[in-house]
Parts: sequence; structure tokens; C-alpha cells
Amino acid sequence: MELCSFLTLDSFITDPLTHEFMRKALLMSSLVAAVCGFLSSYLTLKGWALMGDAVSHSVMPGVVVAYALGLPFSLGAFIFGVGSVALIGFIKQKSRVKEDTVIGLVFTGFFALGIVLVSKIKSNIDLHSILFGSPLGISLSDVKQTVFICLLVVILLSIFRKDLMLYCFDPRHAKTVGINVFFLHYLLLTCLSLAAVVGLQSVGIILVVAMLITPGATAYLLTDKFDNMTVISVLSAIISSLIGIYVSFWFDLETGGSIVLAQTFIFLFAFLFAPRYGIFKLKKLFAGYK
Amino acid sequence: METINYQNFRIEAENICVDYNGKVALYDANLRLKPGQICGLVGMNGAGKTTFFNALTGFVNISKGKIRINGESVRSAQKDQTIAYVPQNEGIDSQFPISVWDVVMMGRYGSMNIFRCPRESDVQAVKDAIERVDLTDHLSTPIGNLSGGQRKRTFLARAIAQRASILLLDEPFSGVDIRTEKLISELFIQFKNEGKTILLSTHDMIHVREFCDLVLLINKTVVAYGETSEVFTPENITTTFGGISPDFLFGPES
Repeated sequence: MELCSFLTLDSFITDPLTHEFMRKALLMSSLVAAVCGFLSSYLTLKGWALMGDAVSHSVMPGVVVAYALGLPFSLGAFIFGVGSVALIGFIKQKSRVKEDTVIGLVFTGFFALGIVLVSKIKSNIDLHSILFGSPLGISLSDVKQTVFICLLVVILLSIFRKDLMLYCFDPRHAKTVGINVFFLHYLLLTCLSLAAVVGLQSVGIILVVAMLITPGATAYLLTDKFDNMTVISVLSAIISSLIGIYVSFWFDLETGGSIVLAQTFIFLFAFLFAPRYGIFKLKKLFAGYK
Repeated sequence: METINYQNFRIEAENICVDYNGKVALYDANLRLKPGQICGLVGMNGAGKTTFFNALTGFVNISKGKIRINGESVRSAQKDQTIAYVPQNEGIDSQFPISVWDVVMMGRYGSMNIFRCPRESDVQAVKDAIERVDLTDHLSTPIGNLSGGQRKRTFLARAIAQRASILLLDEPFSGVDIRTEKLISELFIQFKNEGKTILLSTHDMIHVREFCDLVLLINKTVVAYGETSEVFTPENITTTFGGISPDFLFGPES
């Protein structure tokens, strides 16, 4: 009996691995999740959730134009991602409209432009895969590009890990001791745009913001140390994407949605049972927990 | 000994103006401070106190005027770790997942390499600074678990670890316990003897009389500046606070 259930669990995990597209999907999604999770710590602490939403939606026309022109989609996405932020800053400065309103109207404008362009350009762009992600149908050139971008973001974040933490925590002090705050601001934005680009392959443009904030929010509930927060965030992101892909494989569900839903469930678990900050402080149950 | 005249001054601000998108926050403000001087910055909310600090740290650009720190530009003062800023408790995110040690170590970032790897000297500076503010028992405590006074001392330690010669303190006495208040006042005396220059903003008039050699009264521009005993008069204070009488501010006895 026990052997039998063991075999079932075993095949639950190994069966999908016999398919190449599944191996690729699991690998790429984990990589993307790790990168988004890494960045997620910074975005949640900086309070850039809405900014993440804005940038990830705004990359849409960039992706479409890049496809149409045969350029790397990351390039187009990057230009529109950073462009949207510049535009938000400009409109905010030159008008009396409040910031969240400006963010909302700029990113929906860009997003709408993207949708209109897709319907006009009629190339082999699959609107559905852009909107909802297609981790199972990722092509070889996409793999190369994704790996390259992920490495780039990880290297940048690793080098400027502490500076970015200081920038999120106390930009005024950073400036006072001669650290280039302007550079860090745009570095974080650049990483955000790049992460949005790779994230959209996994879960699609609409849900990519979840990849950028949920793991960080989960980790924030579980620790008071920044380094631990980053590790927990990355791990929870990877685990979610593995769970999401497996579940979507076995139960024939939309993959992107499953990944994000897995993240949401992990967040809810932390929300309820986090040792210090959960609703039912689990800490009380464990004597000797430090 | 000092041959060049401007080197007498740690801070020299001449006719500085700051505006945010055309809205004037500070205009024609002047300030000159020497080593070992403590100056109180007094004004209403929105009178430009924080703006003044921001201009001195280079956090905002001045639209007119000139700022010299030790005779040099603000930019080179930043590079030389000359200025330390101690924020108001309300000005920082107390829920940020960071320990006392890490905050104080941030005082050393400006003089570290690009990866911000602490050297032995950095570790020592942080240890010493934490000891001076009496937080050695809280090295790894997250700042969210500190009291208001302990948090204030953490940021003071950061400024000490930075080894800055100019300290800018935004409301150092607001929301702190008596013990912290006493410790801060003792540190001020030490700083003064070490030749540091201190500019502090405060709402509390008693503190101005107690510590400050000089006082700068501002209301978008300088209302009065000079020795505390000469300048800190009921008339000047009334002007600074837009016509509210000092009786109302201090109570009738002062």
C-alpha cells in the first residue's frame, strides 16, 4: 500500500519530465521566478508594486513592435518599460494630476496601444501567449534571450545589492555619502523592465506583476533580515512556479494562472501562520523558537 | 594657522534658493558655521527646515546661491563623507527588515568599495559608534523592535560611524525617552569638543537655549540669525511663527 502511493507520487513528479517541453518549461520558469523573486524584495520594500504593474503592462507595445521588426523582444520591451516611467514622471511634474492616476492612465494607454498594434500587425504574434504566458511553448531563441537577461539582472542586483537596499531604505543618506542615487533609481527600473520581459513568458503580461511582488510580500512576513528575505522570496517564487507547472500539467490548467495562484496560496499561508507577523502567530506553538 | 579665510567656515550658504517645480520653498537664505558650533534651526512646519537640510546634503538642487562645505562644493563634501544626516523618526520606514548593526554599517558605505564589503576598520567604527550610543545589547535587533529613542540613537550611531565633521539632525529630540535625551545632550557636548559642527532643527525652545550657540530662525527665508542670547528674542520668534506670540509657544512663564 505504502509502496503504491510512493510510486504514484514519484510518477507525479517524474512523468512530466519525460517531455522535453516540460523540462524546458520547469527550468526556464524556475529561472525567471528566481530573478523576479530576487527583485521582488526590493520592489515591495520600495513600495513599487503599482510601478511594477505599470512597467509590465507598458512593455506590451514594445514586444509587438520588436516582433514586427524582427528585433529581440527584450529590446522593445525595455525601451517601452523605461519610456513609460519617464512619461509618468514627466506628466506628474507638468500637471496637477495625482501620481497614482498618472501611473494608471499611462500604463493602460501603453497597454491599449499594444493590443491595437497586435490586431493591426497580424504577424505570427500570439496575443494569448503574450497576455497569459506560454512557458510550455518557449522557443530556443527565447530560451537564449531569457537566460541572458536573467543572468544580467542577477549580476546587476548582486553587485549593487547593498546599495539598492540602502536606496530603498534611506535614499537621502545614500545621497549624503556620495552614492549615485539617480543611477540606482534607473538601475532598479531597468531591472524591473527586464524582469517584466522574462516574466511575461511564464505568466503573461497581465499577471507578471504578481511574480514581482507576491514572493517579496510573502518573505516580508517571514523575516526581519533583508538577506533572509531575499532568499525566502527567491525560494518561494521557484517553488510556486514548479507547483504551478506540475498542477497545470496534471489537471490541464492554464499554466501562468496556476503559477500565480500557487504564489498567492503561499502568501496566504504566511499571512495566516507566519511566526511573528501571521494572524495565528505560529511562534507561540513552538517553544524554544528563537 | 588658517591662512585662507573661507576655511574658517565649515558651512557657508550664501543666498540660497530652492524651489520645487516653481514653488519656492526657501529663498535668500544665508548661514555660516564654524567647527565646534551648534546651531538651532527653528521655524514652523513648512518653513523650509527640511529643505535647508536637503540643500546642504545635496538631496535637492539649489536654484540660486552658493553652498561651500569646508570651502568645497557639496559634491566633494559627499565624496569626503563630511556631512551626516540624522533623519526624523517619521522619515524612515521602521518596518524595514534591517538590524541596528546594518543601519550603522550604512554609515561606512560611502568609504567602502563598490561591493560594500566591510573592512576591519569599518567593523571597528561600527562597534565603537554603537557603544557610544549605548546599544551594544541590540546589535542584531531589527529596527522595528526598537523604541523611538533607541531608533534615534541607531541613526546617531550611523552618523558617528561615518566620522562626519558636520551633523545635520532633523528633530533629534522629538519622540524620545528621557534617557535618550540625556545621552544625546551628552553626545552634543562631546561632538562640540571634537570640533564637529552641528545643525539641528527643533520645535522645543528650551533645547535651543540649552545647547545652541547660534540660532537660525527661518520662515521661507532667514528671519534672524546670530548668537542665541541676542537673536532668540520674543519678537523674532513671533515673526518666525507668523505672528503667534511666544507666550502661546512657551507658556506665560518664559
